[in-house]
Amino acid sequence: MWGLGAEEWQAVALSLRVAALATLVSLPFAVFTAHLLARRAFPGKALLNGLVHLPLILPPVVTGYILLLLFGTQGPIGAPLKEIGVIFAFRWTGAALAAGIMAFPLMVRAIRLSIEAVDPRLEQAAATLGASRAWVFATVTLPMILPGILAGGIVAFAKAMGEFGATITFVSNIPGQTQTIPLAIYAFLEVPGAEGSAIRLVLISVGIAMAALLLSELLATRVARRVGGR
Amino acid sequence: MLSVSLRHRFSGFALDAAFDAPPGITVLFGRSGSGKTTVVNAVAGLLTPEEGHIAIDGRTLLDTRTGVSLPTHRRRLGYIFQEARLFPHLSVRGNLRYGRWFAPRSAPREDMARVVEMLGIGHLLDRRPGGLSGGERQRVAIGRALLSGPGLILADEPLAALDEARKAEILPYFERLRDEVSVPILYVSHSAAEVARLATTVVALQDGRVLRQGPAAEVLGDPMVLPTGVRGAGALLAAVVVRHHEDGLTELSAGGVPLFIPRVPQDAGRKLRLRIAAQEVILSRQRPEGLSALNILPGTVESIRGGEGPGAMVALATPAGRVLARVTRRSADLLGLAVGVECHAVVKSVAIAPEDVGGGEGTA
Repeated sequence: MWGLGAEEWQAVALSLRVAALATLVSLPFAVFTAHLLARRAFPGKALLNGLVHLPLILPPVVTGYILLLLFGTQGPIGAPLKEIGVIFAFRWTGAALAAGIMAFPLMVRAIRLSIEAVDPRLEQAAATLGASRAWVFATVTLPMILPGILAGGIVAFAKAMGEFGATITFVSNIPGQTQTIPLAIYAFLEVPGAEGSAIRLVLISVGIAMAALLLSELLATRVARRVGGR
Repeated sequence: MLSVSLRHRFSGFALDAAFDAPPGITVLFGRSGSGKTTVVNAVAGLLTPEEGHIAIDGRTLLDTRTGVSLPTHRRRLGYIFQEARLFPHLSVRGNLRYGRWFAPRSAPREDMARVVEMLGIGHLLDRRPGGLSGGERQRVAIGRALLSGPGLILADEPLAALDEARKAEILPYFERLRDEVSVPILYVSHSAAEVARLATTVVALQDGRVLRQGPAAEVLGDPMVLPTGVRGAGALLAAVVVRHHEDGLTELSAGGVPLFIPRVPQDAGRKLRLRIAAQEVILSRQRPEGLSALNILPGTVESIRGGEGPGAMVALATPAGRVLARVTRRSADLLGLAVGVECHAVVKSVAIAPEDVGGGEGTA
């Protein structure tokens, strides 16, 4: 019962690929957004904050449907992208897009918290020593929030591994293309006698989620220590 | 030379100040709320005043009329904050080197080894700031500011967060900075003792206005200028160490008048400056006999300023320099004090605290 079948392997490998792409691509955007929300005052800040958190509150099916409308091959964003050869609909890249959007609020929250823990007076001190804004960020803020960024990335990765509703709505459930672990579990449960496959994938999911949580907790305590300067 | 002219209004407070800071330490002296930190933050570019002009040696940092306002990182300043603000993720060495990355090649460069030796922080270089004492942190912060190749050093009450022992530890480093480094220093303080020890020039601020500016001895000896109130008043005397006595006293000579103070570390022949707090001075018409106080300065009354309360501030011209004495108006009347009257200022040796005595190079 413990050997994974080809279809199960496929789902695990695809999930890892989808989650890794989603996390890596959204990370810089998340750092940028978190910095805006934590440190800058600008008109429309509340709106941006709401927009970032929307996927957390909306039913995933709604998010998936909105993605389909926007990024489908006929959509206002999907159509021009198709012209240059980038297609999301019913592709694994689409699964990564859905996973990335769903995980984005979690990542931004973790990074924003770590930026807010950095004493702005240190950034001021760096400026008086000749560092421009970009250098202040690169040499003071960034190194101090690095553990927070990693923690945010890990939580986002775990969330991306488990994304279901938006993914299945946006890119459907195609084995080898968009069938990630949760989608595969769903499919196995529909087939009589495939409970074994489902349970194995469930255990793998639980394992990955737990490991991610523990690792992010560990990194969060390191943020506190780093900011404390010991 | 730094020249500053500012106008700025907050709710319920207006700053309107102009002054020049020549080489050495210029102390912005005044109570909290007098506008000192606002001035320093405007010089640093952390605050943009409504109107103002700030220049260092002809280099304009701010000119609201032409719309020039250099961002903080291009002003080439070394800012020493009240809390050291060291970077916790860098070692002491990393902190010291931080400003160097950004200093233009043409900036005058202090030698790292010399600064480390001057501040006595060689044994700390590999440590993290989190493990340092308050005094050590502040010394590293001084070094960091100095090594960034600044055209001006700003220090905003750098000793205020430290206890008395740590203050005594840091003060000599500022004296060395004043005497050995050519960068001008703008130093904010509300402590009369700090001003007396460090200031080359004093800019006395009160309610956002410059009350008086000039050489330290002149401003501190002016009975009309009491930016921190009568309790902080005290004149500054220049003296030379004559010798150290067996009984723990050091004999000084101030304009030929012998003065005895609790032992100081400076060798014979060294110049000193000492502050005589006005409220520690007793006045006597006759030269007193059979008195325990060791220091008697003969002089002539220059001015008497009565306040609203029972006190009066008497300025006395002595061979050692001007001495301020805070007495009651009743005493002044009983003694028949008036301008031109001869009189003696009496000061107990132990009334001259160690923090009132400093190396003398900076006296103008």
